[in-house]
Amino acid sequence: MIGGLFIYNHKGEVLISRVYRDDIGRNAVDAFRVNVIHARQQVRSPVTNIARTSFFHVKRSNIWLAAVTKQNVNAAMVFEFLYKMCDVMAAYFGKISEENIKNNFVLIYELLDEILDFGYPQNSETGALKTFITQQGIKSQTKEEQSQITSQVTGQIGWRREGIKYRRNELFLDVLESVNLLMSPQGQVLSAHVSGRVVMKSYLSGMPECKFGMNDKIVIEKQGKGTADETSKSGKQSIAIDDCTFHQCVRLSKFDSERSISFIPPDGEFELMRYRTTKDIILPFRVIPLVREVGRTKLEVKVVIKSNFKPSLLAQKIEVRIPTPLNTSGVQVICMKGKAKYKASENAIVWKIKRMAGMKESQISAEIELLPTNDKKKWARPPISMNFEVPFAPSGLKVRYLKVFEPKLNYSDHDVIKWVQVPLPLPPHISVSSLLLCCLPFAPAPESRSGPSTLQVGLVE
Amino acid sequence: MTVGKDVSALFPDVVNCMQTDNLELKKLVYLYLMNYAKSQPDMAIMAVNTFVKDCEDPNPLIRALAVRTMGCIRVDKITEYLCEPLRKCLKDEDPYVRKTAAVCVAKLHDINAQLVEDQGFLDTLKDLISDSNPMVVANAVAALSEIAESHPSSNLLDLNPQSINKLLTALNECTEWGQIFILDCLANYTPKDDREAQSICERVTPRLSHANSAVVLSAVKVLMKFMEMLSKDLDYYGTLLKKLAPPLVTLLSAEPELQYVALRNINLIVQKRPEILKHEMKVFFVKYNDPIYVKLEKLDIMIRLASQANIAQVLAELKEYATEVDVDFVRKAVRAIGRCAIKVEQSAERCVSTLLDLIQTKVNYVVQEAIVVIKDIFRKYPNKYESVIATLCENLDSLDEPEARAAMIWIVGEYAERIDNADELLESFLEGFHDESTQVQLQLLTGIVKLFLKKPTETQELVQQVLSLATQDSDNPDLRDRGYIYWRLLSTDPVAAKEVVLAEKPLISEETDLIEPTLLDELICYIGTLASVYHKPPSAFVEGGRGVVHKSLPPRTASSESAESPETAPAGAPPGEQPDVIPAQGDLLGDLLNLDLGPPVSGPPLTTSSVQMGAVDLLGGGLDSLIGGTNFVAPPTAAVPASLGAPISSGLSDLFDLTSGVGTLSGSYVAPKAVWLPAMKAKGLEISGTFTRQVGSISMDLQLTNKALQVMTDFAIQFNRNSFGLAPAAPLQVHAPLSPNQTVEISLPLSTVGSVMKMEPLNNLQVAVKNNIDVFYFSTLYPLHILFVEDGKMDRQMFLATWKDIPNENEAQFQIRDCPLNAEAASSKLQSSNIFTVAKRNVEGQDMLYQSLKLTNGIWVLAELRIQPGNPSCTLSLKCRAPEVSQHVYQAYETILKN
Repeated sequence: MIGGLFIYNHKGEVLISRVYRDDIGRNAVDAFRVNVIHARQQVRSPVTNIARTSFFHVKRSNIWLAAVTKQNVNAAMVFEFLYKMCDVMAAYFGKISEENIKNNFVLIYELLDEILDFGYPQNSETGALKTFITQQGIKSQTKEEQSQITSQVTGQIGWRREGIKYRRNELFLDVLESVNLLMSPQGQVLSAHVSGRVVMKSYLSGMPECKFGMNDKIVIEKQGKGTADETSKSGKQSIAIDDCTFHQCVRLSKFDSERSISFIPPDGEFELMRYRTTKDIILPFRVIPLVREVGRTKLEVKVVIKSNFKPSLLAQKIEVRIPTPLNTSGVQVICMKGKAKYKASENAIVWKIKRMAGMKESQISAEIELLPTNDKKKWARPPISMNFEVPFAPSGLKVRYLKVFEPKLNYSDHDVIKWVQVPLPLPPHISVSSLLLCCLPFAPAPESRSGPSTLQVGLVE
Repeated sequence: MTVGKDVSALFPDVVNCMQTDNLELKKLVYLYLMNYAKSQPDMAIMAVNTFVKDCEDPNPLIRALAVRTMGCIRVDKITEYLCEPLRKCLKDEDPYVRKTAAVCVAKLHDINAQLVEDQGFLDTLKDLISDSNPMVVANAVAALSEIAESHPSSNLLDLNPQSINKLLTALNECTEWGQIFILDCLANYTPKDDREAQSICERVTPRLSHANSAVVLSAVKVLMKFMEMLSKDLDYYGTLLKKLAPPLVTLLSAEPELQYVALRNINLIVQKRPEILKHEMKVFFVKYNDPIYVKLEKLDIMIRLASQANIAQVLAELKEYATEVDVDFVRKAVRAIGRCAIKVEQSAERCVSTLLDLIQTKVNYVVQEAIVVIKDIFRKYPNKYESVIATLCENLDSLDEPEARAAMIWIVGEYAERIDNADELLESFLEGFHDESTQVQLQLLTGIVKLFLKKPTETQELVQQVLSLATQDSDNPDLRDRGYIYWRLLSTDPVAAKEVVLAEKPLISEETDLIEPTLLDELICYIGTLASVYHKPPSAFVEGGRGVVHKSLPPRTASSESAESPETAPAGAPPGEQPDVIPAQGDLLGDLLNLDLGPPVSGPPLTTSSVQMGAVDLLGGGLDSLIGGTNFVAPPTAAVPASLGAPISSGLSDLFDLTSGVGTLSGSYVAPKAVWLPAMKAKGLEISGTFTRQVGSISMDLQLTNKALQVMTDFAIQFNRNSFGLAPAAPLQVHAPLSPNQTVEISLPLSTVGSVMKMEPLNNLQVAVKNNIDVFYFSTLYPLHILFVEDGKMDRQMFLATWKDIPNENEAQFQIRDCPLNAEAASSKLQSSNIFTVAKRNVEGQDMLYQSLKLTNGIWVLAELRIQPGNPSCTLSLKCRAPEVSQHVYQAYETILKN
């Protein structure tokens, strides 16, 4: 199991070190610094073995988190734990930075004591931890409270505490999708897949039972046998989900047997599920780049985007990012629509269009001046990326229902205010309420809603 | 403190703060204690009182905190005080305390294993597996698994269908980490049959949708392992295969570090079961923003998945990669193209043209790498792509890496007859001969010799130059030796030299980088762990004996496929290993024991040739004299069961070859075990044993006890020839080395097909047992009734005729005393030992039992047993054509009736 956990700053100075096992000595701290943080070349592996001691590390901004062990531990678990540790710290004090870590020294040790015991990860759900690891000194707890804490920390529903009360029961559900597209130089789509996330924010009282349904092909076909009517209505619109993973609150065995997603949600924001689809992806845009080298010091770039959906629909907040070589000295841009700017700090031309109707076309052309260099290092040619909001999900995913049921408290499904958005505009940290477009009880057809997708296309020469 | 500054001087002051009500302060004091108690053990004792008090605190959080911290203080004196509070906490009403205490047992075990065992904590821990709280169960499982790892022999976890069921139930309820502990523990279980394996798999598959990748990987491990046991024809097997692919693909959208772990594991899975991911090639295409370690791993998997169906796509990708920025990645991509060519024959041509395109880029490392792989392609497909040599030669000057230079020289030498200026090319390399690396020097030597053999007229000077460079001016022994060999070959017999140097080479194999199957199987058992990331068994990177228990896949039970596990091979004494052990013995007997310990061949008896008999006799005599037995009479040839015509060289195997005359029935009397070989006489090996006959087969039940101080291994057994041809029917199988004070019970099946020699007494058996220490001899007497066969009941008429036929002088009469049995009881008792009552009469108040029995060698013995009611002794009359056996048959009667 994990023998010790160290946190370093970017210089390799130890900020936090907690050793759980006797086989990890003090020199382990230095070994990692010398061999990994101060190593000259790029990190070649997230797992390093130095003198029979294995180091697992992840980096958050310029902070290094390293777990150390001398045993044959579950490597996937160690990384999952390190991510979780980052999440927990972020939930307590925000961004993981040197300053924040130094300011929360005591808290971090307290957390490390609680979530790792002898190197075994214990309950690491922030919701539960916050009930008894606080920054406000001790709260004098009554006996009932104490036993409630312990039963929650160890119980079946470790992610939610009992007795949560809200005056207004609200539920936000956002579907975020990103389309990954790989194109050959001839413009042929090599592979495309949508990876989607269903993010939920729950502000519900008590211990609510939730049930979530989407237009999953398997479910609809199953139900279709019973009611032929439903099949004709929604059968066409169902989507085939390749695979999905769920937050630990979802009852997996129930999903396995009935394919129904039922759960008691944690309080606040969490990622309910991730999914991946590869079939029948609607690509909202086509990007056609043309790059021509004019001599050694000049590049001509032309990028055409075509919207590929019904003319009645509108795409919004389109942003195309065209990377430029590192030795760019100046850029001249001409675009027919929207605004374009060369951002030297980001090494990219950023082209923004407010809105664009379906079946339209727009283009940008740029002349890039290059400084002559002797640098043999080639430019890595990053792909053109694109962000936008469209009023449909590229995967075709739709939310069919979201039911809430609380057995003890007296509120029913109708009393919950549900906000569902398919898909939610990216980036997700924009305050949600301002962007909400639909409020429940919601209609099953999500056509009127808008949402973004990201589209990545390889730069083609 | 934790950043490395020594603040141990403050110890007393800190301990004074311990008795605070402030929980946060308390935690800090505890943290301090954990760090410094070891350096100041005497001071640490001061803290004990507070710990013990805190363990009784009404607040469960404080109780747990105290027991958690105490376990981390590695001071012997403190551990003594830990036991009582720990015992209480293990039974605490609060699950939070119990789950902490469960881990504390593992901590204590790490400090003082003996103490944990003595205090009975292990049993309490086992009870916690049935706890009502899932987290307690998970922690108990984790603790037990860890403790069990340091005691590989003990059956601590004691997994059985009931406890597995409990674990599977807890699996649904506990935290993500708990699920990992339980799944990892489940993976160590071996289901008893394919049914059980399937039902466990069914309950584990839902975990594949968990958001935590470690849960997914551990579930994959369990499924991959138990899948071994499922028959491939099963519908469920196919379903399972299909279910495994999507979660593995999904792992690739996790964070890069986890992707790396997942890819290393997928690499193993793809080698073990390529069918799972064969359609998923595209997901392994590298993305622009993948970290380099992910890119390299993806590339590896792409090659493994490359097949005729997808090769076009793969090649197009690889070509793109070869123009990337990262040098290592580009090199690997170029190599990958070469590997594709070798793996998928249809693609070879396309691969070669792709490589040529890459050579045209003139990027130095790309060109060099391409030349190295083209050399391999030439070896796989000779005489196909030699047209590209011209292009390769153009790039001769740009080669600066030894491997590329060596490859180029090999190509020039191999195809010297097609390259007009081969001699010039090689000569140019020769100029800086001493500055080249050994690899290039060796290649250059061979290349020039090849050239000479192909074009002897023009290159005589060149070859002499290289030979003298290699033999006289070099101090590398490999180079010198190779030089001399060539020199002598060329000077003595150029034709032979041609045959040697220009011999046709075997084609290179497709996959040279596959992990060796046994290692692969072991690594599959370690999916998700560090071993699977390093692709090394844990023993390669874990210190000491911890966690290095060798794991293997369970054997398939339902199908006829042979087991893939290395452990299922018999660990006894495979014949091949024998000769290494004994030759030191040096004597004839030692050789004899070595010769054949394999199972005897059974078949119909054949007539023996005199030559073979001679050999047997010769060696048999040697054995006898060594054993120091009395003078033996050589057995009459007619009575000797025949061999199967084995060659003389293995004439000794004749000793074992004979058909056995076994029947069916069971329940023969078994004498208690007696000590045959006392430890004193056998350097610490004590052997006791007995003989049994059950359901028609004879066996020798042995009990081997090691009373020496060293471990005993390599057991083997051999019998001297004996009156009834008893011989071991199988090698002596002692599976594990016998450690000191260990006892092992073995049942050695015997056959009666061995060589026959009349012994004195008749039922004497001389045995030789060998182990790694020495060879030991002893003799024992076997009860004759083990030889009584099941079809020994004679027809009544036949009995009468035979009885009359046997001359009266062959009749022997015995008294069996103290046998108060009636006729019925005696008859049934004897029948169970294959002495059959043919007829029964009552003459003058006496019960007369007429009985028959047959020995394994076909000798009939007829008996008349006279029992007088009320009289404890009875009279036995035996008639037999071989009167020597009568005495022993009587003894057999006596033992059977009296027991």
